[in-house]
Amino acid sequence: MTILSILGVLSSAIFSGTSLLYTTLGEVIGERAGIVNLGLEGVLLVSASSGFAVTYLSGSPYLGILVSILAGGLMNMILGYLAITRKANQLASGLALMFFGFGLSALIGKPYVGEKIHSLTRYLLPGTTGLPRVYSSLFKFDILIYLVIPVAFLIWWLLFRTRWGLGLRAVGENADTAYASGRNPRLIRYQALFAGGMLVGLGAAHLSIAYTMNWTEYMTAGRGFIAVALVIFSKWHPLRAIVGALVFSGAVAFQLLLQSSGVQVSPFLLDTIPYILTLVVLIAWGGNRKHSAPASLGRVYQGSE
Amino acid sequence: MSKLTETFTHFPVVRQKALQAAVRYLLMILFAFLMFGLILLISGKDPLQSYKDILSSTLGSAYGFSEVIVAMIPMLITALAVALPSRVGLINVGGEGQLYLGAAFATFGALTFSSLPAWLLLPLMVLLGMLGGALWAFIPGYLKSIGLVNETITSLLLNSVAPKIIGFLIFGFWHSPMDTVKTANFVAAARLPTFFGTRIHLGLVFGLVLLLVFWLVMKYTRWGLEMRAIGSNPQAARRNGIPLSKYLVIVMCIGGAIAGLAGMAQVSGFYGVLLLNFSMSLGFMGFMICWLAGGEPLGIVLMSFVVAVITTGGNLLQLTRDLPYAVINILLAFTLFVVLARPTFFKGTKS
Repeated sequence: MTILSILGVLSSAIFSGTSLLYTTLGEVIGERAGIVNLGLEGVLLVSASSGFAVTYLSGSPYLGILVSILAGGLMNMILGYLAITRKANQLASGLALMFFGFGLSALIGKPYVGEKIHSLTRYLLPGTTGLPRVYSSLFKFDILIYLVIPVAFLIWWLLFRTRWGLGLRAVGENADTAYASGRNPRLIRYQALFAGGMLVGLGAAHLSIAYTMNWTEYMTAGRGFIAVALVIFSKWHPLRAIVGALVFSGAVAFQLLLQSSGVQVSPFLLDTIPYILTLVVLIAWGGNRKHSAPASLGRVYQGSE
Repeated sequence: MSKLTETFTHFPVVRQKALQAAVRYLLMILFAFLMFGLILLISGKDPLQSYKDILSSTLGSAYGFSEVIVAMIPMLITALAVALPSRVGLINVGGEGQLYLGAAFATFGALTFSSLPAWLLLPLMVLLGMLGGALWAFIPGYLKSIGLVNETITSLLLNSVAPKIIGFLIFGFWHSPMDTVKTANFVAAARLPTFFGTRIHLGLVFGLVLLLVFWLVMKYTRWGLEMRAIGSNPQAARRNGIPLSKYLVIVMCIGGAIAGLAGMAQVSGFYGVLLLNFSMSLGFMGFMICWLAGGEPLGIVLMSFVVAVITTGGNLLQLTRDLPYAVINILLAFTLFVVLARPTFFKGTKS
């Protein structure tokens, strides 16, 4: 096991963890307003495929990212219509959205399977210029990676330090009370879903445009569900989500490291570590978890008419 | 007065309501087909021809129809695995994982005791499959009953773990000499019997009998009454002396056992081999179907049938229209969207 292999694994963890963190942040916003989106997988896929298609057609990754962001917001609007306006069950609506995403992304992405794109420029991490080339190539990150931590802080600021965030959290805790104090729960939930969807779209854009730079059917491979788990792991807090995404991708990286060093452990069993870790943390937190989950998460706001 | 009108006047409300509901669902599904047709048109395919293909390949021939029934079997069972826990207020999103574990346990039986005769081996596999699913459901059920973690979250997490355990078992121990992504083919004694020369297997009987038993238990037994009591008001039920946490664990485990049976039926009746990632969201489909059917047995049968027609038709769409198989999920999703949204212009009364 060399320093180089450890750094390589770390670098790949940062790349794969970025889209996860964006997605988790998006889900945090939605769940803080009281809406669970089990269809993240579908939102990610549609955003990733449409962003990739636009990047391929236009040659501009930035246009692709923009389209991904919009696609994410729009996909979440479907969930919004079903769960907010039509008062449908959130879990069922989310799963329907997931199936929709499976299908739509396959249709959008089909002509672009195996195509190559010009990706985002990667910039060397400041302070690592002096390193030899083999090392420094591991520290070249694209702009979306540099932005992800500031975005997490921005979301934290929005949720906990602005009036909008206060209203949003109030709706997530008790929509009726929020309504009584002059807020519009439906509108706020739509806003939260759209904002959250845009972040999920950004995560998807990083996955297909910046990281893997290709499109394959069902390329997200469960990331949506991981993000849902990470939201709980991070107790619905954007800053703890950073830790969550790091732990998760760190576990994945650790497992790659073990494999590269020739330790004979089944990769399948190692793959389960992050999920089991999340479960263990949930159990450990068990008692006081109630205080952190938005109280009306998953409940339908019936309105006051 | 003819006999027909007599029955009509006898049960006017019931007949009218059932008819209304049937017409409403039919209209909704038609609307979903219309929207999917639009998508097909946009992507340059002939929607009319595509629908003709879907319908003629599924309902147009005896073989096609039998394939629909085959696709329906795991959906019936996984939907029931959601319906039962939902009666006590438990949300079992973990059907997918329970199905995998059931399949793994059943496969263990099939590979280890392959010399046993079918009349002994199959019941053993059924029991093992149910045990596997029940064990996987015990974790969320137990954690919920002691008030630690919500069962929705736990069962979702375990869904992601289960396929990896299957992968571990296949790669590590069970894979056939020729192939690393599946086990060796099961011996004939480990295969569920099929009927009428089609691929319809005994799993259909499992599903239908279980649905009937479910209906009878809920309607006529003390357990059914107590479960309904827990479902409508758990605290009141507990104060009335119903052992709440015991019920939560046991019902969740039975739900898991049913999902495990679906897994056993898939590997033993359908594939005859344990494949990596064989389920392809069957557990989630069961959740959707159960929800759309309102947890009612008859509704589950009907919705499973509709979903099975759609997914089976998707195979043909892939072959003849040069579309990815996954595209059929759009039609499935539209159907789900329309039913979930219950648009007012179908004049449906919201329940």
